[in-house]
Amino acid sequence: MGDHLVLRGRNVVPGRVEGEALVSHEPISGWGGIDPMRGVIIEPRHELFGVCFSGKVLVFPSAKGSSGWSGFFQTTRLTGTAPIGMIIGRVSAKSALGAVVTRVPAITDLDADPCSVIATGDWVLLDNATVEVTKQ
Amino acid sequence: MFLTDEEKRMRDGAEGDAVAAAMDLLLRYGYALDAERLCDIRNVAGTMTQPTPVKAKIVAESGWDKAFAVINLDSDADLASIPQMRVPTCQLQHGFGPDSVDIVPYPKANVELQNDAESYYGRHGVNILATCTPYQVGNLPLRGEHCAWMESSAVIYANSVLGARTNCEGIASTGAASLTGKIPCWGNHLDRNRYGTHLISVEGLKVESFQDWGMLGYFAGGVSGEDHPVITGDFGQPDLTELKHFGAAAATSGGVELYHIPGITPEAATVEAAFGGAPVPEKVVYGPAERRAIYETLNEIGTSSDVDFILLGCPHASVDQIRQAATLLDGKRLASGTELWIMAPRALKVMADRSGYTEVIEKAGGKVLADSCPAMSRAAPAGTKVFATDSAKQAHYLPAILGIEAWFGTTEECVNAAISGRWNGGLD
Repeated sequence: MGDHLVLRGRNVVPGRVEGEALVSHEPISGWGGIDPMRGVIIEPRHELFGVCFSGKVLVFPSAKGSSGWSGFFQTTRLTGTAPIGMIIGRVSAKSALGAVVTRVPAITDLDADPCSVIATGDWVLLDNATVEVTKQ
Repeated sequence: MFLTDEEKRMRDGAEGDAVAAAMDLLLRYGYALDAERLCDIRNVAGTMTQPTPVKAKIVAESGWDKAFAVINLDSDADLASIPQMRVPTCQLQHGFGPDSVDIVPYPKANVELQNDAESYYGRHGVNILATCTPYQVGNLPLRGEHCAWMESSAVIYANSVLGARTNCEGIASTGAASLTGKIPCWGNHLDRNRYGTHLISVEGLKVESFQDWGMLGYFAGGVSGEDHPVITGDFGQPDLTELKHFGAAAATSGGVELYHIPGITPEAATVEAAFGGAPVPEKVVYGPAERRAIYETLNEIGTSSDVDFILLGCPHASVDQIRQAATLLDGKRLASGTELWIMAPRALKVMADRSGYTEVIEKAGGKVLADSCPAMSRAAPAGTKVFATDSAKQAHYLPAILGIEAWFGTTEECVNAAISGRWNGGLD
């Protein structure tokens, strides 16, 4: 059992889910940035290039790029490749709508930068406006 | 979120179950944004007709009403029917149309699906503008007008150059807006969120070419992310095409939806006005070294100088850009094995046809194509390995989408590459 910490923030999409974190320190692009049929990040210069987010709690600072963001993440839900939760550093119209149509628990405006205090592989429990992190 | 009586009636089904489903999405979305209320809009630019595998499957199994419900309203309900669009709504760029069939390697099934979609959505009151630049073909919102637009390059143009007000909406929010005339009053809709956040000072160079505006935009997006850069320095007077390129690039490298160029864009007469009286932040300099670094970033995917595909018109070309390409190609011939496509709004292609520009381009072996682009449709000439473009946005996206190499240069360098089959671009 690793170290434990609790973050508090603002709920974006209600719900409770737990799983392994996948942390991006760079903003994520939807259209042109992910392949929704495989649930993989495809932006060549991205730190998570080639990494699959399906079944993970996706932790990222913000959404960038095309307004196709939400539609691409909605497609991951419809094809079964979606992340199971989202922890968003700073929410925008793109990522808010994206979380809504992916229909997974999501949270933002945390009292610590989630991309710094959570590491890929940590176990996280999202419960509406809180995140419990168990460091691995 | 506060709702008016009219909005409560819509939510509760007084206007039918499709409008209620639209309002449900807007409520979920408004909650996600922490919006205080909705605002009234009469201008929606969204995407409904674009073929996708998921859409094809739903249409085949359950028809267009169901596809609109699932994709454009994010609703699982079996809605009785989809009503007419409540407010003016246009379709942005989508897939290629029937006149591209012998030119573009693009599934015929997609062309047929989109034909079906155009007749379904046309009957529901969607204007099929079929371009990423609605502001070039008659959808020109006024200053202060609240809109619900998608397409990052159009959103940044509407906010910054026109002074209209829209967030970077998505497929479901524009779908819901089209049936309700409502969108969360959040972000760019509010005065207090429209001021500058970053100061970029152009020093030691003059930004006045189409290429330079694109590189400065790509730099501005990298510096300011989702925030609002304010650009000062030595410029020529930009025109529509240059700010179209600048904004598309800034929205690509960052998530910029609004910028100010004091003295040029409408909401900021001065640097002080751009920051709304708040302290002006420390400047970030864009000089010759930064310019070169951006150029090298945009060209880092290119290794082979054997170019087989040239792409112009991202965002969709103006008539003047088509004319410029025609002038450069007049009397020339593309190298064998090299293709050149210019993407344009259909309405402007008609003007280019009538002006004789299309004929000059076609005689040289090039094509003027409407409705779509290689990135939207994931389609380039068969066997393309290396492409060149004058668009920072396409240089950024197309390598990821199609797995090809990219060169970024001036329009003239791109046309020269089409004629010689070789990339000879470089920064002056």
